[in-house]
Amino acid sequence: MTHFLDAGLGLKPQHYDAALACSTAGLWFEVHPENYMVAGGPRLAWLEAIRSKHPLSLHGVALSLAADTEPDAAHLKRLAELARRVEPALISEHLAWSTWRGAYHPDLLPFPRTTEALARVADNVSRTQDALQQRIAVENPSHYLKLDGHEWSETEFLRELVRRTGCGLLLDVNNVYVSACNMGYSAEEYIDAFPGEAVMEIHLAGHAPDPRLGNTLLVDSHDAPVAPEVWALYERLIRRIGTRPTLIERDDNLPAFDVLLAERDHAAALLRPPVAEAA
Amino acid sequence: MIAVGALARFQDDFARALLAQDDAASPALATLTAQPAFAIYRNSVMKSSIDALQANYPAVSRIVGEEWLRAAAAIYARDALPGLPMLLQYGADFADFLARFEPAAELTYLPGVARLDRLWTEAHVAASEDALLPTAAQQLASGNFFRARLQPHAATRWAWFADAPIYTIWSRNRSDDAVDGDIDWRGEGALLTRPQDSVQWRALDHAGCVFLDNCAAGGTLADAAQAALEVEPDADLGRLMANLLEAGAFSRLDMNT
Repeated sequence: MTHFLDAGLGLKPQHYDAALACSTAGLWFEVHPENYMVAGGPRLAWLEAIRSKHPLSLHGVALSLAADTEPDAAHLKRLAELARRVEPALISEHLAWSTWRGAYHPDLLPFPRTTEALARVADNVSRTQDALQQRIAVENPSHYLKLDGHEWSETEFLRELVRRTGCGLLLDVNNVYVSACNMGYSAEEYIDAFPGEAVMEIHLAGHAPDPRLGNTLLVDSHDAPVAPEVWALYERLIRRIGTRPTLIERDDNLPAFDVLLAERDHAAALLRPPVAEAA
Repeated sequence: MIAVGALARFQDDFARALLAQDDAASPALATLTAQPAFAIYRNSVMKSSIDALQANYPAVSRIVGEEWLRAAAAIYARDALPGLPMLLQYGADFADFLARFEPAAELTYLPGVARLDRLWTEAHVAASEDALLPTAAQQLASGNFFRARLQPHAATRWAWFADAPIYTIWSRNRSDDAVDGDIDWRGEGALLTRPQDSVQWRALDHAGCVFLDNCAAGGTLADAAQAALEVEPDADLGRLMANLLEAGAFSRLDMNT
């Protein structure tokens, strides 16, 4: 199964009609599968209509791969059913946890990257891939907290995860920028160390300073255009690893569809050789 | 070397600290909760849960105002985070919560309004199937009406509220073009259906609600009609049937089985 995917957009309900009407070549859309895990009705009908015109990516937020327990069997079944229905070109999840002991914490929570955690995440990724019969991409999250007890750097943790499970990776360049600022490391070094051959997808998004703490703490807010520094990191990345399906994520402070499409077109232009001028 | 199970212990502590109002509750994570950044996770978990409740209960929110709703939702969420990641379905028992929520004690109609918001969600996400066309009435007339059975559509929802005009209050606050005017304070019922994949609603009297209860329980039309007439002896069953069929309330007619 091969699809021509260059740059895509996160799909928001406000943009359904425009997304359905859009015929830009290489355009694809990404959704959170949790919003479409319903028995039937208009939501599934919308998604299937979009899917009939464009490739889709399912970007999960709730498998809780880094929880110290197996993925919830019912949730995995719902995901597999949705995947059967819409035949996504990509399925991705996060290197984080959210569901724990029956409660869903609607966020992507951090954990110490220990060897113990690596074994657990690898097992969970393998179970997920077995259930879906599809390779998934695992995304690097944004970091805000200084956690004790890390035994692995994130790039080495992900490299080993790929080696053990055969999974792919989703590199969120904005998360790298935000985390590097918050944790005090070099975003360039992180980008250069990331296992490039495993990258199945790239995310680009906007961020914002924390309302109370200002620029000492950046938040992965998805409510603004992609920042120039993030575009620069993106160009650095694709110069090294080549073109990959790239998504513009925007969840809040939503502009008109055409404004997002223009941002997406910028990424598409950078992906097509010869590499276009810098942003 | 960290002992086996360290990840689970970390997650237990972290989950507790997310909801704790007092950092002393999680001494194991003192170095984390002391960081200003920990508030990002706390705020995000609460905000997403509260946003979901506000989105799922729009008529309640419109009646009490956003600030009141979000304050009540925060109390609800702290006690019961989503059990499932499908946030569209979060807050199934929010109406029950409101019924025992002291600050809402004087708004006696609020739990009923919340119940209709919830029924809207249930109708919205229910399985898809074709609705029985109004022309089914002709088929009914030609067969043995009383032994026939009507199956409510998967998306059809109904509720009778004996004590208050919940349907009028809800429908006036569910859409943007809400009308004002006096409300006749009496019991009311509501019917929600999803013809053409879009949830619609109309008033339904007590007889109609009882009729549907019987149909859903597998009763014959004779059973359903009798039950309806018991609660409303003057009920016009012909008009009721026409009304229900026109709304797309049924998916299947089984004659004579």
